[in-house]
Amino acid sequence: MLWQLPFLPVQASTFAGRVDTLFLFLVALTIVVSGGVAGLEFYFAVKYRRRTPDEVPPQVHGSMKLEVIWTVIPFIVAMGIFVWGASVYFTLYRAPKEALEIYVTGKQWMWRFQHPDGQREINELHVPVGRRVKLLMASEDVIHAFYVPAFRIKNDVVPGRYTTTWFEATKSGPFDLYCAEYCGTNHSGMIGKVHVMEPAEYQAWLSGGAVEGSLASRGEKLFQEQACITCHRADAQGRGPLLNGLFGSRVALQGGATVIADEAYIRESIVNPQAKIVAGFQPLMPTFQGRFTEERMLELIAYIKSLGAPPQAGTSGAGAQGAASGVATPRPSQTPK
Amino acid sequence: MAAETIHTSPRVHYINANYGWKSWLFTRDHKRIALLYLASVTLFFFLGGAYAVALRLELLTPQGDLVSAETYNKLFTAHGILMVFFFLIPAIPAVLGNFLVPLMIGARDLAFPRINLLSWYIYMVGGLFTLYALIAGGVDTGWTFYTPYSSAFSNTHVLAVGIGIFITGFSSILTGLNFIVTIHTMRAPGMTWFRLPLFIWSHYATSLIMILGTPVIAITVLLVALERILKIGLFDPALGGDPVLFQHLFWFYSHPAVYIMILPSMGVISELVSNMTRKQIFGYKFVAFASIAIAVFGFLVWGHHLFTSSQSIYAGMIFSILSYAVSVPSAIKVFNWTATLYKGSISYQTPMLYAFGFIGLFLIGGMTGLFLAALGLDVHVHDTYFVVAHFHYIMVGGTVMGYLGGMHYWWPKISGRMYPEGWGRFSALVIFVGFNLTFFPQFIAGYMGMPRRYYAYAPDFQVLNVMSTAGASILGVGYLIPMVYFIWSMRYGPVAAANPWPSPSLEWQTSSPPPTENFEETPIVTWEAYQFDEQMMASSQRSAVSDELPASG
Repeated sequence: MLWQLPFLPVQASTFAGRVDTLFLFLVALTIVVSGGVAGLEFYFAVKYRRRTPDEVPPQVHGSMKLEVIWTVIPFIVAMGIFVWGASVYFTLYRAPKEALEIYVTGKQWMWRFQHPDGQREINELHVPVGRRVKLLMASEDVIHAFYVPAFRIKNDVVPGRYTTTWFEATKSGPFDLYCAEYCGTNHSGMIGKVHVMEPAEYQAWLSGGAVEGSLASRGEKLFQEQACITCHRADAQGRGPLLNGLFGSRVALQGGATVIADEAYIRESIVNPQAKIVAGFQPLMPTFQGRFTEERMLELIAYIKSLGAPPQAGTSGAGAQGAASGVATPRPSQTPK
Repeated sequence: MAAETIHTSPRVHYINANYGWKSWLFTRDHKRIALLYLASVTLFFFLGGAYAVALRLELLTPQGDLVSAETYNKLFTAHGILMVFFFLIPAIPAVLGNFLVPLMIGARDLAFPRINLLSWYIYMVGGLFTLYALIAGGVDTGWTFYTPYSSAFSNTHVLAVGIGIFITGFSSILTGLNFIVTIHTMRAPGMTWFRLPLFIWSHYATSLIMILGTPVIAITVLLVALERILKIGLFDPALGGDPVLFQHLFWFYSHPAVYIMILPSMGVISELVSNMTRKQIFGYKFVAFASIAIAVFGFLVWGHHLFTSSQSIYAGMIFSILSYAVSVPSAIKVFNWTATLYKGSISYQTPMLYAFGFIGLFLIGGMTGLFLAALGLDVHVHDTYFVVAHFHYIMVGGTVMGYLGGMHYWWPKISGRMYPEGWGRFSALVIFVGFNLTFFPQFIAGYMGMPRRYYAYAPDFQVLNVMSTAGASILGVGYLIPMVYFIWSMRYGPVAAANPWPSPSLEWQTSSPPPTENFEETPIVTWEAYQFDEQMMASSQRSAVSDELPASG
């Protein structure tokens, strides 16, 4: 953006300028309306001040015309602001299709990040400038809120569900990350930095540091450890549904309903398998609630997402890794109801 | 002492009708119950204020140093709970409303005097229980009690404080019920609905919210208790519950509760603006129906607290559009008050200064509400100091200015004495300046990105926080001044006339202080609300009658 006013935080995302424009418009409107009313009152207060103790002023009862004017005009202005505010919100709500997807887990009192290639960070998030970054967020305990003032984004991180937000950074540099939803004793310590880096720098960061396999490969390990593989067999002969090609597809449920297999659906099917039974299968699966952390759950989901179409899929860690780092999700996942 | 010589021929009124603690604790006189409430809400106001002082001192420096993080969290929770549930909600209805509703409509008392007394006892039991829980152990959930933190994680005294709030809710319900029945059934002959002072209309609207909304917070608190004790999965996802459900239930009451705080204050301001300008209020019916519209629409906007909570975008849009709709009746009121000033006879006495202060602060509070209702902008400012500043402009700037303006305006009626005018104007000015210095910087801090409920904060925000703390010191002194001179004036203030301002409203047509039965004989109303004319001016008893109570000293 061209302007940087002293009372505005730095603008470091494509979204920030749009929020600030609306903000400055409302500041101007506030000055005009409040200044106008206050000025008028001040003028009346001086002009019509009481001059004698027994004064009785001429009585005016009202004016239908004025009432209509100051009902209709504020209403129209208010509706205009509503439309403007909603249009800004739409941009943020609809996550872009092509985006670098990073998993965020809030936990009293720290932020954990998982990159598709397996990098993990605590309270520090490294992202490239000029690329859309989508965050899929989960909480291990209470409600937190992911807030980066420089990006003008904030979204609650709610236990028991996935929430998303996204940004495209326009400036490199470290930016403050805050937890904005009160989450207990050390709430104000649940802070961090988002490091926005130039692409080359980012590539260097990605290749540095030891990484123990991609998210999907770690998920695959978990898949085997938890013996998911015994029912969800890659040859479609298991007692559970085939998972290859599941993510993003439409799943037919018992009773005739269908559901899009997004992250929320997969998570629900793991913690509460009886909630939605796939057509043609028995409700046999036990719950895995509390068996592993949200971070591991995300690894498992990353693995399931990485499983391509049935024939060649499922067993090779290398193949899974390639699929996961592509990160193009078939469709934007939705916030579950 | 001069005070002793005054009572040479004392007139019998509600204060001196009988003596002894029993005559107060077992009274059924709405005026005495109003004074019981006055003492109680004042106590809770200064307790809540003491917590605010501690908070502001901690926030002088970016790092946490004065108290521990845990204590800080308990401090802001206690501040919120005491101020919201035990001061702001009852303040105007239970003190001024209790005193004035029967007087203004020409009734002897409220419809259910015993229930009125019972409501004060319920309030005190709930209040003292909560206070004990806050002081003995404390609670660290914030006054909003968000789950699953409150239901599954906090190790503090959530249950005890919840019970206190649960109990106190019933006093609100009973007061609302009493007002509605009284306004419907006990108006004096000739007192038609459109002759009612706007104070009555706003209390009617408030009462609707009290009886329809308060049960919901009681149920919500109960559900949190059930989850804590019996581990029923309502809000905790680990038990199969939905944490966001709590937010819907909580704000279904707690947003309308803001209108419980502001509507009575608007009623006070309508009285003050009209009487201090000696003019019929401009657009009486629009102001009256705006109160009802606010009460009704106010129930439909709770979801604007959940724009970043993962609520669906369609719900968000509906709550946003309805929030803009509810802003219109508030705007109508402000415009009508302003138009009332036109060609008036405007006095600069203390109540009017408070009314001007109210309008100024409410304007800023209301306009910043437009920022928060805008979906895309709320994402950035939600849960920051911008929100803190906004609701303090409404709840403190609005409600407390109206409350204090009303206390000054009706003090001669309540106590039979005048407050000192010079000190009164001074206090209004100090409070207005102190308030703005405290809370305006918080708008900036919030937009700069300072989250609320932060024990330690980034050093960039320190200048703004120091300004806030400096302002809070001025504000604190500003609130102490009226308390001191009100107490002083009960004994040493000039004796007040029956109708000192003067006003055509019924409460001024009886003596100051009024007799226990309010009126010597039932008044018959033949004039309109706010009918200022020469005849009214001439017949008003505007100075203290010297042969009755010599104003010595």
